Amino acid sequence: MSKTVELTIDGKKVAAKEGDNILKVARENNIYIPALCYLEGVSSLGGCRVCVVEIRGSPKVFASCVTPVAEGMEVITDSERLRRYRKWAIELLLAERPHVCSVCVANGNCELQQLATELGVDHLRVDRKWTNYELDLTHERFAYDPNRCILCTRCIRVCDEVEGVHAIDLMLRGKNSKVIFDLDDKWGFAESCTSCGKCSAVCPVGALYVKGKPLSEVKKKELVSFVMSRRSEKTIG
Amino acid sequence: MAKVRLATVWLSGCSGCHMSFLDQDEKLLELAGEIELVYSPIADVKNFPENVDITLVEGAVGNEEQLELLKRIRKNTKILVALGDCAVNGNVTALRNSLNNSVEEVLKKAYVENATLKQNTPTHVPRLLKKALALNEAVKVDFYVPGCPPSANLINYVLNELLEGRTPALEGRFKYG
Repeated sequence: MSKTVELTIDGKKVAAKEGDNILKVARENNIYIPALCYLEGVSSLGGCRVCVVEIRGSPKVFASCVTPVAEGMEVITDSERLRRYRKWAIELLLAERPHVCSVCVANGNCELQQLATELGVDHLRVDRKWTNYELDLTHERFAYDPNRCILCTRCIRVCDEVEGVHAIDLMLRGKNSKVIFDLDDKWGFAESCTSCGKCSAVCPVGALYVKGKPLSEVKKKELVSFVMSRRSEKTIG
Repeated sequence: MAKVRLATVWLSGCSGCHMSFLDQDEKLLELAGEIELVYSPIADVKNFPENVDITLVEGAVGNEEQLELLKRIRKNTKILVALGDCAVNGNVTALRNSLNNSVEEVLKKAYVENATLKQNTPTHVPRLLKKALALNEAVKVDFYVPGCPPSANLINYVLNELLEGRTPALEGRFKYG
């Protein structure tokens, strides 16, 4: 049996399982923390820094998806500073590659777009990078546009940890990082891919998508919860 | 009280933002009581006037002529508003920026490779800038109204806030694309 710890989030006293991360505990208690690369059911990355929170007694901010709860911890999920940092995180993601919502398959179903609205990222203060990655349309059912990828690695984690295949990984570093199939093969020729579609279901933006179908029809969120419910059944069984 | 001098400008965009502006419909009548439209694609004024209070600029900055106009706008305007995604971040107009940053390549693609008749790159028109720019890459911008296009309601909200001398609060109100 794992130990239970008590902490407060925004002044609200909550009980949590030792070892759980702050974001998970907050969500279980209906306390909203914006997040982007986090995906329930797979491991946390702490990459996007949108879910940052403050912990009383520390001058630092913490990515709540990778910070475990502790006894007596006082978590603050909303402040002027946190809002400023979250805004910057979204802004940098928008600037990193050419995210052009009006011509994107995910328009209206995109978590990046939604967070920009929510956090009030109404313009960019940094230069945009106009990358020109080649679109990969070689797979029969799915498409991949690296220009829309935010490197959240949800696809990588779901392919590895849920499908158990690890057909997807990251290549290179920093802003040159790129999500690849097998050894940077074209998707249609990636032999380890089982064509299960979990990666496109969990993609928060329009980088991985089902060909010929607008996301409004695919209803990503329902798909994600379906994938994750299957996962918990498996774990329990 | 003197009316607020409003201008609207159409740079490299599709005019969709102006359509959305006109979609304010009956609210335009209320607006008309408070503003004087001193320059606009829908008003026959040749040169951008002086002493403008609010200017809404649609579109990215695509060529040298537009860049010059935008600088003049900035000089003559108190409050400059970037209207729509092209003005805010380049949007579709700036998609050409991905093409290796060469104007010649862009022109060839549009007027030679994808043309069936008269495969010539245009002459006697203002020179394209190397990159299409969002407004804030060229001048200081005071307010941003994203959207492709921004809804008529959002435009109306922003204008009314500005007319009342308040700062529009955009969190949760706008949507890119």
